[in-house]
Amino acid sequence: MERFAELLDNLVYTRSRDRKIALIAGYLRETPDPDRGWALAALAGTLSIATVKNNAIRNMADERFDPALFRMSRDYVGDTAETVALMWDQLPHVDSGGSPKLGEVIELLNNASRARAPSLLAELMDRLDAKGRFALLKLASGGLRVGISARLAKTAFAQAFDKQVDDVEEVWHALRPPYAELFAWGEGRSERPDPAESAFFRPFMLAHPLDDGSVDLADFAAEWKWDGIRIQIAATDREVRLFSRGGDEVTGAFPEIAEAFSGIGVLDGELLVRGEVQGGEAASFNALQQRLGRKTVTAAMQAEYPVFVRLYDILFDHAEDLRGLPWSARRDRLEHFAARLDPARFDLSTIIDARDFEHLGEIRAGSREAAIEGVMLKRKDSPYVAGRRVGLWYKWKREPLVADCVMMYAQRGSGKRSSYYSDYTFGCWADDGTLLPVGKAYSGFSDEELKWLDRFVRNNTVARFGPVREVEKSLVLEVAFDAVHESKRHKSGIAMRFPRISRLRRDKPAEEADMVETLRGMIG
Amino acid sequence: MWIDPSIPVARALVTHGHADHARGGHGSVWATPETLAIMALRYGTDMGTPVAYGDGMDERGVRISFHPAGHVLGSAQILLEHAGERVVVTGDYKRRADPTCAPFEPVPCDIFITEATFGLPVFTHPPIEEEMAKLLDGRGANPDGCVLVGAYALGKAQRVIAELRRAGYDEPIFLHGAMQRMCELYAGHGIDLGELIVATGLPKAAMRGGIVVAPPSALNDRWTRRLPDPVTAMASGWMRVRQRARQKNVELPLVISDHADWTELTSTLSELRPTETWITHGRTDALQRWCELHQMKARALDLVGREDEDEG
Repeated sequence: MERFAELLDNLVYTRSRDRKIALIAGYLRETPDPDRGWALAALAGTLSIATVKNNAIRNMADERFDPALFRMSRDYVGDTAETVALMWDQLPHVDSGGSPKLGEVIELLNNASRARAPSLLAELMDRLDAKGRFALLKLASGGLRVGISARLAKTAFAQAFDKQVDDVEEVWHALRPPYAELFAWGEGRSERPDPAESAFFRPFMLAHPLDDGSVDLADFAAEWKWDGIRIQIAATDREVRLFSRGGDEVTGAFPEIAEAFSGIGVLDGELLVRGEVQGGEAASFNALQQRLGRKTVTAAMQAEYPVFVRLYDILFDHAEDLRGLPWSARRDRLEHFAARLDPARFDLSTIIDARDFEHLGEIRAGSREAAIEGVMLKRKDSPYVAGRRVGLWYKWKREPLVADCVMMYAQRGSGKRSSYYSDYTFGCWADDGTLLPVGKAYSGFSDEELKWLDRFVRNNTVARFGPVREVEKSLVLEVAFDAVHESKRHKSGIAMRFPRISRLRRDKPAEEADMVETLRGMIG
Repeated sequence: MWIDPSIPVARALVTHGHADHARGGHGSVWATPETLAIMALRYGTDMGTPVAYGDGMDERGVRISFHPAGHVLGSAQILLEHAGERVVVTGDYKRRADPTCAPFEPVPCDIFITEATFGLPVFTHPPIEEEMAKLLDGRGANPDGCVLVGAYALGKAQRVIAELRRAGYDEPIFLHGAMQRMCELYAGHGIDLGELIVATGLPKAAMRGGIVVAPPSALNDRWTRRLPDPVTAMASGWMRVRQRARQKNVELPLVISDHADWTELTSTLSELRPTETWITHGRTDALQRWCELHQMKARALDLVGREDEDEG
């Protein structure tokens, strides 16, 4: 338990993804079974302890601490589990058999009755130090919150034992914590486990940006680039699972898609929300955002933001691996497959009929539909290959919109940029002559420009609010963005999609920056 | 009679050299010789009237004496005695051993005027040896970079350096320029800090695998761009709370404080059992609540201008 607690603690304070992976990999290599398997499950979110409920922790605190002192402490710390873990040091010390192993903790909790769980939890608390208690309470209450996704945990496993993460992915859902077979394979003590009939994630094929080039439409097919989230549907005759672009399972967030799916295979597509104002067509990303980042979803949410998948590729039809086929052959198979699916939840991404590249350019320029981000170009003879491969798929985003905005606030970046003011909030003019914030950006500028911007912020600070500096409203930033949406969260009433700084307009007086109304006119 | 006044007065009794207790501009200052030296360094003030630990003087019928507080070099509690009544003002204090200052001396009294910077039961400072081991492990894990330790320039920095030496670390330690003179002052008072090198102007390569000590305000500042791939550590009692450490972009939190933690605050009250406890600054409400639960009379003074968090 001590090592696991230390790992969690280190993960809390580590921001670099590579360092997080290295920390987890080191732990997995050095820790014996079954502890490391339970830890892997906890990090990947596949561990659940049924007997401990959140209020058990509160009750434990109420029985031991003065309520007023607990409330003051809780208010200060901001987290119940951490408060209890820290305050436990104030209790009389009980010598009760030394620090338990992680595996022992899980086994005890899982085998405890609901009635016995609280006193068991307290006994375990007595055997741990503050870090260990924090880890225990986080484990028991089911949310580690250390910024680790399931995919990252699997990547760390792969790195620890010199395996391919895709091979890990393939067997993952067939295995259960504490993953003894997985570690046996990792350490070369046994064959790779049988993936059986489980549905698992295959890495996505990705596209390169088509900057200023062009392609011959004799070789390339064109489709719309939809502004939703990339999703993979993997179905066996036992189960249907949905995966996000990062390879994390999102079935729980979109249960209606999994339920509506029929057939066996693996498909690639875009998850979108059907919008009423769009006449039943795909709504903007803004609408989809309401459905993202949820582990489970209510019926009301499902009704208000109905989702569907616009399919554009097929990787497997039953057990047949189609990834080696050319795109055009896969497309035929996809059309055939999709014909049997519920049209309310699944449709096909249409092929754009363009005479030639110029014509496609005109069609692309004319599209201002809410959910269209641009155009995809796919080589007709390309196989489906993982990752980004030159020459096969291109994304040709529509020309960004631009606006001249005034820098209002700046904040330090993180990691390498922590000594630079690199995150900027900018605004446009309202009718009454005040500046209203319209967006925030932290990219698009060169290292040289960043140095200049950092100096500008430091020399033109007018107020400080914690980490945020308010600056003299004098610098015009040309901001590029993909779209503007209505937003109730911002005072200006609008929100930008993918804003980035495209140019520093040091020549332009702030009074000549754009009006909020101008931006409002760009709402697609 | 003014103790640690926040406005200039004709004559001030000063418990210790931190800026929220010792200010410039007083007519005259009574303090320990070490505190006077620190004030002279910080404010360029003339030396005032030195009062050694245990020594005292009479002033209009009040006996005034200074006693070690264990907070930083020269820190003192001030005891006032009048007509058989004894009042102790702690300033800031701690009960843990500290190689850079004299240990706290419990002074029996009727009225105990205490700080409560870490006056919440979540604050238990771990043994400093554990925190030093963390710091040295962090250094070992980052041989091509360095560990940058944020530590308050008066007291904390020197204590961290002295504890590193006690733990057997004898490499040169690199310093932010703002700390140099205070470290020299400590060394001049017989506190061995080993070899210290100012980081300013050094090539990055010279600091690889090293430990750099800087004031907390410099941790995320442009100043750090001169350092080789620093891991940011911070020595402070506040580091006990995760969210606090994360807010400050700290990667290696070191729970090291020059203030009494909750256990020290409450056990000191139990030991002295004063008739009344006055709480000057910090988490006054929680300590007051504890006194209530233990049938001790207490009130909060809510002094203004105290508690600089960097100092924790």
